[in-house]
Amino acid sequence: MSTSSTLVQAQQEVVDEFAMFSDWQDRYEHLIELGKDLPLIAPEHKTDGNLVRGCQSRVWLHATPQNGHIHFTADSDAMITKGIVALLVRVYNDRTPQEILGASTEFIDRIGLREHLSPNRANGLSAMIDQMKRYAVAFSSSTKAS
Amino acid sequence: MKTAVVKPAFDVAEIRAQFPILKELVHGKPLVYFDNAATSQKPRRVIKAESAYYATINANVHRGVHTLSTKATEAQEAARETIRRHINAKHVHEVIFTSGTTASMNLAAFSLGQLLLKKGDEVLISGMEHHANIVPWQMVCERHGAKLKVIPVTDSGEWEIRRSDDQMIRQFTERTKILAVSHVSNTLGTINPVKELIAEAKKRGIITVVDGAQAIAHLNVDVQDLGCDLYAFSGHKAYGPTGTGVLYGREELLERMPPWQGGGEMIDVVTFEKTTYAKLPFKFEAGTPHIAGIIGLGEAIRWMEDYDKAAMAVHEHKLLEHATKELLTIDGLRIIGTAKEKVGVISFVIDPSSASGSGVHHYDLGTLLDQQGIAVRTGHHCTQPLMERFGVSGTTRASFACFNTVEEIDSMVTATKKAVKMLR
Repeated sequence: MSTSSTLVQAQQEVVDEFAMFSDWQDRYEHLIELGKDLPLIAPEHKTDGNLVRGCQSRVWLHATPQNGHIHFTADSDAMITKGIVALLVRVYNDRTPQEILGASTEFIDRIGLREHLSPNRANGLSAMIDQMKRYAVAFSSSTKAS
Repeated sequence: MKTAVVKPAFDVAEIRAQFPILKELVHGKPLVYFDNAATSQKPRRVIKAESAYYATINANVHRGVHTLSTKATEAQEAARETIRRHINAKHVHEVIFTSGTTASMNLAAFSLGQLLLKKGDEVLISGMEHHANIVPWQMVCERHGAKLKVIPVTDSGEWEIRRSDDQMIRQFTERTKILAVSHVSNTLGTINPVKELIAEAKKRGIITVVDGAQAIAHLNVDVQDLGCDLYAFSGHKAYGPTGTGVLYGREELLERMPPWQGGGEMIDVVTFEKTTYAKLPFKFEAGTPHIAGIIGLGEAIRWMEDYDKAAMAVHEHKLLEHATKELLTIDGLRIIGTAKEKVGVISFVIDPSSASGSGVHHYDLGTLLDQQGIAVRTGHHCTQPLMERFGVSGTTRASFACFNTVEEIDSMVTATKKAVKMLR
């Protein structure tokens, strides 16, 4: 879904999608549904090393380079967190490191999600984006080196 | 002995009217506040007492000759006397003001470590302690080469006090110098048999420290009856301001304990060669105290006494029983902490169930309860070793205060059922 559009378009899609919900219950049910579509991390990558620091529930994020793009898989033991990471993976998955590093993150504020998250969870969300960007930095330098 | 006074009958509606925050809406819904074990809400009298200090008598204590300083000192010292009376300490100088239980425990650990611990000595705590009653002891044990020993916790969440045939408690050894345990567990709600354990410790000359953070708002605490050497609690969990706390200490022991922090207020004479320390309690009160908060804490204690702590405890027990019964109707819900003697604290997890499907993560549940205006605590509650003991990563904890109602519990149960349905 995301690969057919640009990263900015994918962000806008997410914003439009969440704008349809006026009620907390619908918004959270949608988030939980998103979690079910998450490309799941392989069991061997569900390691402590792949845990995102700064989240109260456990979130694993794994990245592999594929033809100059980064492919993300993830999981979480909490369903709402899983929905949040799924939403990020949907936007950032199979992009080039340059696209990921160049992308603004203000779409998060436009979803209106941050105000519904506890500060801990909002920090966790930032931690997930930071982790994705760190992978992008790592893969862009390794691409240059080779 | 506490003087008998006529107290008003317990009327929860009348009590609720005194808490301005209970009129707040959260996500557009009436606030249901079930996080009292983290911090309780404050009655108007306490808020007024604290702001009246700033508005009318703000001055530093014990130093000035001017009128405001005298008034501020009198108000602070009146709070100290209120607390002495409330916990039945023998002397008013046995009440030391701190910033909270954590500071009290650090003071106790640092100072007692200095006074008592040698290489190979032991400090005995229990497996249900808050990190504030674990980490300070670990720090001083490391410093003095002492060992930390732990009383195990049973499946119901009680101390497993092992006895040998002659009824001696086996966890005490010849090297045990300090016993530091909680009066009430913040995670499980268990009311621990501290008096019994203290009596055993005293027979062996062991110094006893009680973390009373979760007890002070719910039980009648009598330090002489308990027989403890030190007793720590916070003001903010007992309807008082944040940033206030108390360390009670038996006079004779406090006299021997070295000060923890140096600075103003705690000195007698300072020269660059040597400093002599002030008398109790000031030896342990370096720097300007939280005067406004202390005055607020005194008011909070008087407020609890006016409304009768025993009547509050009866009401809270009713809430606990109702919540326990209703929550257990949720499929897969398991209560962590099923001791016979409990305060109004319920920790629970929701396990996978063959009938209804997957388990529910405490963090998801806490988030969806918040959306419905209900404030509970989720996570490890600063008791990670206890979480490990029960094999859970965290729990959802509802903790009650005197202003909570049966109807609020019904709202929580309904909201929990709704959240569980969404999450399963």
